[in-house]
Amino acid sequence: MVTFKDLSTPAKNTWCPGCGNFSILNAFKRAIVKLNLNPEKILIISGIGCHGKITDYINVNSIHVIHGRVLPVATGAKLANHELIVIGFAGDGDAYSIGLGHLPHAARRNIDILYIVHDNMVFGLTTGQATPTSPLGLKTRSTPFGVIENPLNPLALVIACGATFVARGYSGDINHLTWLIMEGLKHRGFAFIDVLQPCVTFYNTYQYFSKRVYRLEDVGWNPTNRLKAYKKTFEWGDKIPIGIFYKGREETLVERLPQLKEKPLIKHGLKTNISKILEKYL
Amino acid sequence: MLKEFYVIVGGPAGLGVMRTGYILAKTFMRHGYWVFGTNDYPSIIRGGHNSYLLRISRERIWSHRNLIDFVLALDKYSVLKYADKIRKNGRIIFDEKLDVDLKLEKKFLIKIPVSTILEKNRAEKIMTNSILMGSIMALTGADIDILLKVIKENFRKDIAEKNILVAKDGYNFTLNKYGKLYSIEKKSGSRKILVTGNEAIGLGAIASGMKFFSAYPMTPASPILHFLARHQYDGDIVVIQAENELAAINMIIGAAFAGVRAMTATSGGGFSLMTEALGLAAMTETPIVIVLAQRPGPSTGLPTYTSQGDLRFVLHASQGEFPRIVVAPGDINECFEKTVEIFNLTDKYQVPGIILIDKYLAESHMSVDMFKDEDIVIDRGEYISGEYFGESYSRHIFTETGISPRAIPSTKNAIVKTNSSEHDEYGYTSINPKIICKMIDKRFRKIRYMERENIVKYKIYGDGNILLIGWGSTKGPILEAQKILGEEGIDTTFLQIIYLSPFPSKEIHDMLTKYDVKIDIENNFTGQLAGLIMEKTGVKIDKLLLKYDGRPFNPMEIVEYVKEVSG
Repeated sequence: MVTFKDLSTPAKNTWCPGCGNFSILNAFKRAIVKLNLNPEKILIISGIGCHGKITDYINVNSIHVIHGRVLPVATGAKLANHELIVIGFAGDGDAYSIGLGHLPHAARRNIDILYIVHDNMVFGLTTGQATPTSPLGLKTRSTPFGVIENPLNPLALVIACGATFVARGYSGDINHLTWLIMEGLKHRGFAFIDVLQPCVTFYNTYQYFSKRVYRLEDVGWNPTNRLKAYKKTFEWGDKIPIGIFYKGREETLVERLPQLKEKPLIKHGLKTNISKILEKYL
Repeated sequence: MLKEFYVIVGGPAGLGVMRTGYILAKTFMRHGYWVFGTNDYPSIIRGGHNSYLLRISRERIWSHRNLIDFVLALDKYSVLKYADKIRKNGRIIFDEKLDVDLKLEKKFLIKIPVSTILEKNRAEKIMTNSILMGSIMALTGADIDILLKVIKENFRKDIAEKNILVAKDGYNFTLNKYGKLYSIEKKSGSRKILVTGNEAIGLGAIASGMKFFSAYPMTPASPILHFLARHQYDGDIVVIQAENELAAINMIIGAAFAGVRAMTATSGGGFSLMTEALGLAAMTETPIVIVLAQRPGPSTGLPTYTSQGDLRFVLHASQGEFPRIVVAPGDINECFEKTVEIFNLTDKYQVPGIILIDKYLAESHMSVDMFKDEDIVIDRGEYISGEYFGESYSRHIFTETGISPRAIPSTKNAIVKTNSSEHDEYGYTSINPKIICKMIDKRFRKIRYMERENIVKYKIYGDGNILLIGWGSTKGPILEAQKILGEEGIDTTFLQIIYLSPFPSKEIHDMLTKYDVKIDIENNFTGQLAGLIMEKTGVKIDKLLLKYDGRPFNPMEIVEYVKEVSG
């Protein structure tokens, strides 16, 4: 049985007190404990930004990569050993700005990983600049007169690209977030969770979100209809839904590779006979 | 008896110029000849002018020569372009309906009633090449059945049947109207294969136990993607066409970290996008292999031509300092052998490795003796498989050699953590100045051991007073030039440098100081190898033969230069 303590590391946590990242970290650990997953079979990957330090704080296999490249590293690792449980963590700058190019492809490939985006709508580690999810008019150090670009709707994007598990969490509701992560971990296919979180230093949205978010399960939302889910992602104002917008079961990338049917790539023999191939070049 | 002859196929893109060259190369190889085929084409899918130059010899050959005996012209432009370049006893084979007014003697012209043959067989215009191939079989006195068999193997069944019919008609027509000029016979010899440098690298990768390949298409490296995709089941590998080069290299880093051998392939532009992740592989000590098939830059440059302009780039690419392996195979055999070797070296030293080739080597066909895979030893280095039996596993533990025994995620009793940020032995982020220095020292300590590796880092050919120095694909033309010079009484030594990093400084230094006349030969503007030699050995090479028009060296260019400077 894995315990919460087993998942701790000696690394000193350097996030700001009150940071939404703590909730994501704790919800993730709780989900691992509740599902009793073997840490040796888990691989987490983080990008660059405050969120990226999360790999230092969880005692499972990990690789902290370069800015924006969580998804391709996760995809390669999953294809190499699909018995691993692969989770990618990224910030909104990492996932939606520099690394956005990979998101539609991870979704349409339906690679069987969980992708958790710490979406605080601002760059934290580079000391407060706007990101693609910063609201219009937000004044940051890079937008002293207010953001002049419209924010991205990441949930609509990934639904449009074919993701098979699309959810939104809120760091202020850790029980709900734990449940979402558990559902995401259980899902077969590309699972995406955008987590709304305050940046206590550069953009504290705690009050704003706490007043507005509501759970989709509480209103009996049926997450099986892709088009309805797409429409639902545009609900953003006085009321902001959190929960599973869409969930479906489709063939995963691994399932489409006959080479991987019997065993993961890592368990294939290294010695490969090329004589059959050479015959074609005689 | 044809001891050595040259064929050029010319025509607009889309009419099968490359395929024709390839089929002829295979056909003559199966007559027991050594063949070398190289193409010249612009970045155009339809139209323009493509050519495939084929050299066919009873002796081992290393490169093309700019000589022409037979022309298979698929359009008027090709007839006019090559007409005055053919050697005596050469022939131009073309459609009689092409309206060309040549000042050549009639005997040079082989006019074929292409439309009659096509109509008779209800064949399409695109099959013209098969008619001309039949014709050259007749003129050279080759075995038409060998051609027909190669055609059969290279086309879909119904298409092959039509092509065979028209090829036979082309053969018979030529035999009746013009007769045999030669009578070549089939000689049996060693079992040979006809492959390109790209294919040889693909074969080497599969034979090395590479399991995962991801790439984004880019000329001239795309054929590696095509080759591996085609053979993914037989080769027992997974191939993913990535959304871009950033994804390609990061995918192979993920796969390699998870424990499989992984590779990507690209050209300079794509490699530019990969440079940041190259550093990630270095920092996390994850072994990956990158094939870089060079073309002229900067920027888009000349997509379909050749260059050696990226040597300095690969040696220094990515921010910061770290050890890397850079190997430059010079011929098709080395493409295979060095791929196998670099997979072992990158695994053993847990560093990124780059195979540096260029368009000329990547896309030229050469007949070589059958590759052998039974003797290949796969050495994964200090690799912990299954279970870790120590106290507490640390991925980046400090060791004498700098190599930390490698466990992978899923190893029992091990948590494997690594990090793009500078880190401690366990992979946790660290800004401690002592740990920073120790970690950098550890990574660089590996170079000392790499340098002692018992591998062929350079080769020496011939023995003369003049030293020719080169790397990569110039090997072929240099060896040809060396032979021609030798026949004229000018003896040369050729030093081919294969490993550019780690660089065999001492051996190269000792070698260079023995020669008064030293000539550096490269396909670039600045003489990058000469600069590297200066940096590593302190020896200045003052004679540089540089070519940067996108074309490979014609051996005669080297011959002329050597004669000039040796005066």
